[in-house]
Amino acid sequence: MAGVAVSTTINGDHVEYLCQPDETLLDVLRDRLGLTGAKEGCGTGDCGACSIILDDRLVCSCLVLGAEAEGRRVETIEGMAHGDKLHPLQQKFLEHAALQCGICTPGFLIAAKDLLAKNPDPTEEEIRFGLAGNLCRCTGYDKIVRAVQDAASVMKGA
Amino acid sequence: MRYIRPLSIEDAVGQLAGSAGTAAILAGGSDLLVRMKGGFVEPDLIVDIKAIEGLSEIRETADGFSIGAAVPCAVLGESAALKKAWPGVVEAAKLIGSKQVQGRCTITGNLCNASPAADSVPALVAAGARASVVGPAGRRTIPVESVPTGPGKTSLAKGEIIEAILLDKRPPRSGDAYLRFIPRTEMDIAVVSAGVNLTLDESGVVIAARVAIGAAAPTVLLVEEAAQVLIGSKLDEAALERLAKVCSGACRPIDDKRGTVEFRRKVAGVLAKRAATSAYARAGGK
Repeated sequence: MAGVAVSTTINGDHVEYLCQPDETLLDVLRDRLGLTGAKEGCGTGDCGACSIILDDRLVCSCLVLGAEAEGRRVETIEGMAHGDKLHPLQQKFLEHAALQCGICTPGFLIAAKDLLAKNPDPTEEEIRFGLAGNLCRCTGYDKIVRAVQDAASVMKGA
Repeated sequence: MRYIRPLSIEDAVGQLAGSAGTAAILAGGSDLLVRMKGGFVEPDLIVDIKAIEGLSEIRETADGFSIGAAVPCAVLGESAALKKAWPGVVEAAKLIGSKQVQGRCTITGNLCNASPAADSVPALVAAGARASVVGPAGRRTIPVESVPTGPGKTSLAKGEIIEAILLDKRPPRSGDAYLRFIPRTEMDIAVVSAGVNLTLDESGVVIAARVAIGAAAPTVLLVEEAAQVLIGSKLDEAALERLAKVCSGACRPIDDKRGTVEFRRKVAGVLAKRAATSAYARAGGK
């Protein structure tokens, strides 16, 4: 199979890569670009562990081909903190212990970031519905919801 | 395998028609990539239609709405005009998958994936939606219910692409609704579902109706007898009971892990009644 040459923007940086036509964007991020924050849980769009933001839309990177990123804007978990300064959501996930094993956490953080960008003051129900595409098998979701609520109030005050 | 991203629909049709092996159309990819991952399909050619001009737009025309084949369902929910005119179609499209899937999945893909349980299809059938099909022989417009012919199968010929779903402009006092049964609150596949579209006269009498049932037969059922039951009524209790009976009777469901034949029949009637009640209220009926 001939490779596909892709030119795209990832976390604000111009990036070029070659990928196979059937290679997912998740595999490109992890295996070709060393961006291993997005995780593969199911590989079929059910668990949300590979969540990224593609042109301002939250998507599962396992359901996007690497070739499709041509000319588009990709945001991954690696772009969330500014240097050593954590994003408020990351900080609140730590404070609320909203994670145990951590595999789902990058996906939850990206999905929560997208949620708060579109709805800065969500109700608990809106948070639960908004994060329904992210599965966590450790914490039982409550601490995650509290962390997102807390981050939302911090971000509104900022 | 080759991946191409044509800029014109004619080029896309030509590439599909001229392909030797298995060709697949890629819009949102939420079905195609899962099927590729599972080894159910190994396309020799993937035609990404998202760069084709106009296919990523919802257009409001003199005749109604034209929803491009590459418009993600999330965008349907962000269109105030579409939501106002066709709330049932939008609520059905918004039930497909998670936020992540909503950002990619399309109603055209939902239709062409040809699952009997597809959420947007009963709503589109009830709405009388049409598909604009482009192929080697030119353009044709067909009712959406003629696209799926059985689970995973469509009537589209080699080289044909649905470029848009067309929804008519609404007469006054019209409303539609879609409801499904799933065992949890979201992120699941319909066990059975119902879409109802109604138009009323000034006194609240139903003058036009379309009723569709999903996940109860190999394809979505357009239940014409159910429409006849509603037309001429003010959706009184007797009409609703007859509607439920007709819809339950029209079902030809299977037994599977999600529901039994008996359960699907019963719930199809209940959902048809509730969807009709909601559509009636949206049409301004009291």
